[in-house]
Amino acid sequence: MIEQIDLNQVNWARAQFALTAGYHWIFVPLTLGLAFLCAFFESIYVRTGNPEWKRLTQFWMKLFAVNFAIGIATGIILEFQFGTNWSNYSWIVGDIFGAPLAIEGIFAFFIEATFFAVMFFGWDRVSKRMHLFSTWMVAIGAHLSAVWILIANAWMQYPIGMRFNPDSARFEMQDLWAVISSPVAMSHFAHSSASGLLLASLFVVAVSSYYLLRGRNQLFARRSIAVAAVLGLFSSVFVAYTGDEHAFITVRTQPMKMAAMESLYEGKTPTGLIALGMVNPNKLPGDEQDPFLFKVEIPGMLSLLAHRQFGGFVPGIDDLLRGNEKQGIVGLDSMMQRGKIAVTGLDRYKKAKKADDAPAAAAALVDFEAHQDYLGYGHLEKVEDAVPPVALTFYAFRLMVGLGMSFIGLFLLYLWYLGKETLEQKTWLLRLGVLAVFGGYVAQQCGWIVTEVGRQPWAIQGLLPVTVARSNLDSGTVATTFFLFLILFTVLLISGVRIMLKQIAIGPEEVK
Amino acid sequence: MMQRIMRFYLDGFRGMVLGRTLWLVILLKLLVMFAVLKPFFFTNVLKTNYETDAERADYIINTLTRPPAGD
Repeated sequence: MIEQIDLNQVNWARAQFALTAGYHWIFVPLTLGLAFLCAFFESIYVRTGNPEWKRLTQFWMKLFAVNFAIGIATGIILEFQFGTNWSNYSWIVGDIFGAPLAIEGIFAFFIEATFFAVMFFGWDRVSKRMHLFSTWMVAIGAHLSAVWILIANAWMQYPIGMRFNPDSARFEMQDLWAVISSPVAMSHFAHSSASGLLLASLFVVAVSSYYLLRGRNQLFARRSIAVAAVLGLFSSVFVAYTGDEHAFITVRTQPMKMAAMESLYEGKTPTGLIALGMVNPNKLPGDEQDPFLFKVEIPGMLSLLAHRQFGGFVPGIDDLLRGNEKQGIVGLDSMMQRGKIAVTGLDRYKKAKKADDAPAAAAALVDFEAHQDYLGYGHLEKVEDAVPPVALTFYAFRLMVGLGMSFIGLFLLYLWYLGKETLEQKTWLLRLGVLAVFGGYVAQQCGWIVTEVGRQPWAIQGLLPVTVARSNLDSGTVATTFFLFLILFTVLLISGVRIMLKQIAIGPEEVK
Repeated sequence: MMQRIMRFYLDGFRGMVLGRTLWLVILLKLLVMFAVLKPFFFTNVLKTNYETDAERADYIINTLTRPPAGD
């Protein structure tokens, strides 16, 4: 019997994952970045022996602890959802996905947890060097956690190093090194890690600017800003560099995502970059409408970014759906046909195995294996199903890049006026600095929106659409847990923000 | 050595001020997640509905070989 896919349930499951991942990502980048900032602050203390730097380090560590405590275990909720809302996905990719998550838990978490205790309890119990080493190990441990999660996510975007076992209906790891060293994984990690340091720098600048506006803890604030602004400038430039690298890889591994990021329907040579624009909400693939209501285009720039040379062809949505013979692009129609052969081959294999018909099973397996790379396309109903939400991807990308670029300017201004010793008089800049941290959080969320919305409809790129990945649950069940999480995480966030604001209001005075 | 480590942790926990509040938040959060959400709302669907791995694999293969609704 053919089951009807309950799109309502799929969308609730997506919404729930997006909600919980979004909340999780509020806390994680600050943990990653602030851990390194604390390590830098403490390094200065150990080098100079100045107890004021110790006081400074201890204050930022306190805020790090608040963020860490509120954020801890918010990621586990995502794992709960794999088994409940995405059980098909969980079964099919468990061998691949489970390995990085297990390594993350066993290896990285224990490093973090062990040295975390020394970092907080050991100020007067261990030597300065041992304590500094522990602080660095907490920062490194946090990043070791992040790398494995990002390797797992990167595999979903660019699945490699595995083969599908038609008997167990699972992907089996064939090459762990291929999964770890995937170019998507490496650029993903570099970009996310740097963005964490960027956010933490914005956070330190924001709190310190608040103190300067209030005329309190001025030396503390200037010292904090001096370090944070330098690291913030470095990380914001590195974020731009790694973002460009990640986009370069995305053109090759997920061309539909890139096309959606640019609301590019018809590729051409050279292709311009849309710096600003408003997408046409009525535009559909294949129609004659202009994709934009208005746009500001930089001629040839997308070709340059995508191919590191002017004149490169960047495929649009229509090229990818209909194919482009001149550019050697196979259309979705053809991929869907191959996918259907893979699906049929798998079905014939299953039936032949049940009937104990070895020759028929062998023949079916040959067909399946010849077309298995297109398995996911066999589940699409029409070519347009392969197009992600264009407007959301387009705007989120622009917001992220715009904010990211503005942070470079912000840190430069801070360093300029700090150098001229007139920072305290620039109240406009200090107010901007306080607000900028919110822009940092927005940019963080936009990055994940681009990454995850841009790859729809795929749970695993090209192999498993979300409509097949999801569990067969009633949509009411998923909706109920969505609202449960909404309430739980909102309460958690509010309590976390209150504790954080209280500690900021108290300030470093009370730290011994 | 073990005693020194235990003493280290005990003294550390005893000396906490803000840490007590944070630990309370952590423990409450873990309690809600593992004692309420996980057992009542987040059961593993395949483990609940099927008894053996063979049955689960069979279900997944049936799902993967189901044609799209438009066919």
